[in-house]
Amino acid sequence: MNEDKRRAYWRANTALIRNLLIIWAVVSLGCSILLVQPLNNLRLGGVPLGFWMAQQGSIFVFVGLIFVYAVQMDKLDRKYDGNRRK
Amino acid sequence: MSVEAWTTVLVLISFILYLYIGWRSRVKDSKGFFVAEQGVPSLANGAATAADWMSAASFISMAGLISFLGYDGSIYLMGWTGGYVLLALLLAPYLRKFGKYTVPDFVGDRYYSNIARVVAVVAAIFVSMTYVAGQMRGVGIVFSRFLQVDISTGVVIGMVIVGFFSVLGGMKGITWTQVAQYCVLIVAYLIPAIAISLLLTNNPIPQLSFVFSDIVPKLNQIQLDLGFQEYTKPFVNKSMLDVLFIAIALMVGTAGLPHVIVRFYTVPDVRSARYSAGWALLMIALLYTTAPALATFARYNLISTLHNRTIEEIHQLDWAKKWENTKLLTFEDKNQDGVIQLTPNKATSEIGIDPDIIVLSTPEVAKLAPWVIALVAVGGLAAALSTASGLLLVISSAIAHDIYYRMIDPGASESRRVMVGRVMVGFAIAIAGYFGINPPGFVAQVVAFAFGLAAASFFPIIILGVFDKRTNREGAIAGMLTGLIFTCYYILGVKFYGMQPWFFGVSAEGIGTLGMIINFIVTYTVSRFTAPPPLEVQEMVEVLRTPGDEPLALAEMDEDHLD
Repeated sequence: MNEDKRRAYWRANTALIRNLLIIWAVVSLGCSILLVQPLNNLRLGGVPLGFWMAQQGSIFVFVGLIFVYAVQMDKLDRKYDGNRRK
Repeated sequence: MSVEAWTTVLVLISFILYLYIGWRSRVKDSKGFFVAEQGVPSLANGAATAADWMSAASFISMAGLISFLGYDGSIYLMGWTGGYVLLALLLAPYLRKFGKYTVPDFVGDRYYSNIARVVAVVAAIFVSMTYVAGQMRGVGIVFSRFLQVDISTGVVIGMVIVGFFSVLGGMKGITWTQVAQYCVLIVAYLIPAIAISLLLTNNPIPQLSFVFSDIVPKLNQIQLDLGFQEYTKPFVNKSMLDVLFIAIALMVGTAGLPHVIVRFYTVPDVRSARYSAGWALLMIALLYTTAPALATFARYNLISTLHNRTIEEIHQLDWAKKWENTKLLTFEDKNQDGVIQLTPNKATSEIGIDPDIIVLSTPEVAKLAPWVIALVAVGGLAAALSTASGLLLVISSAIAHDIYYRMIDPGASESRRVMVGRVMVGFAIAIAGYFGINPPGFVAQVVAFAFGLAAASFFPIIILGVFDKRTNREGAIAGMLTGLIFTCYYILGVKFYGMQPWFFGVSAEGIGTLGMIINFIVTYTVSRFTAPPPLEVQEMVEVLRTPGDEPLALAEMDEDHLD
């Protein structure tokens, strides 16, 4: 793999990581801790929304983030390293 | 059949299963012993990681802690799962691509230094030892209650079982035993949770009944009536800053725990490492999204069964009497009015509940069948034993692989390396057993220390090792040492020497976050003021960043380059 391609792959990889980590931080540190009090004025079923985000919602998002990352990286690997992968 | 008989039978069956798997996966060479021949499929590795990771603290203590802390207990839920995102995105693929045996291996090679390797070994042993102590206490609690044996006897039985499959099968034996243990522990956790959910809300799925029933509003009302704060009200026990710091410390610590990281060395390739992180978190999420529901049900149930009853009524409850014998549940009619009341004030509250008994007692409180109660005990044991075995292997490989093979006798034969590994497992078991019999503290709190220390030592230098080519040996050593020393100093000072938590009131559990930041700053700064890493190390970092699984350009570091 040449230098340019290698750089482009790494840039795409770090951009993906950055975007996913922003979501991670907004959901966990943002919605579940820093903004929990205003969010608690809303309700999901019988539970205050901020409380639910902190106890269950953020965990569902975390699982999603990892699988999105794995699938996206498969795509990147195929694009930049296609000859060795199906 | 009685609860005790059921427990004995189920414990025996599960132990025979673990021993059989341990014997089936026995290994001869060091690749099998330390990284399970790098042949574990990603789904199985996910299950093994989940079992490795979900300890006695997750299984036994967590729902109890949440039940007492309400919203503030979310730090454990978010902290212990959020770290997997960091692990999956920032660490696991690169460490798998690096492809050696241990975390100190990466640190030693990336920072071309045996000093860095030794610092990493010390940190790995320190973190694992702190953590293993909590597991052994968990084993002790389960045995003492359900088999009615002495805690010390229970710990010894646990040690023999763990010892058998780790000594014989090494990482391979541990991996497949952990897959079985995951199945046992998740079934054991879900069955009572589903049953209680059905009883209280007519909805079998705890995750849904937690949200779509009136249980949370009802609990909030009861709490207010008794003079507590609302269950869902945030920052009752801890300030917002403290919650933030603890959550980050637990997340980063999760990503830095050596026994979790090492699991990603056991899969066949980088792609499997990424997916197995996802599977691991999915399987963990199954338990972790059930826990807050269970915590709510348990609190609601406990208050409604025990509050405002006479001591005679309480003593008619079989489970209450049994837990009273263990001194983890106490009743005292302090105001002499004939009934037992729960109040927010410790001095006047007439019920004393140790959070550790919440999960273990919930099936009994809800009057579930004896075999369900026994199943929970078996699940708790599976959780404690699987984590203990993972930790013991980290301790053993840190000494056998990183110290003995890499530094003392690089010419050691395969059989000799495996033998040293086995001896070291035995040695680690002895120490862990000692901690089990003389526990240093409360299960989940002890575990929290391990996270703070892992956060402050490993996480920054592994991240910078991959994402910043300029980070060098001097920076890494300085960063790890300052992070570790600062965090130890603060935790020990606050916990044992009466020091005031002087950093904006951040508690000992959360200070690892600051330790991590210090580590980052020191590593980065020192690296910029000292010589850049050698070209072949920079080349190695380049290879970590390219797709595919080709071997590293720098496959085996020349020993002359090490200091």
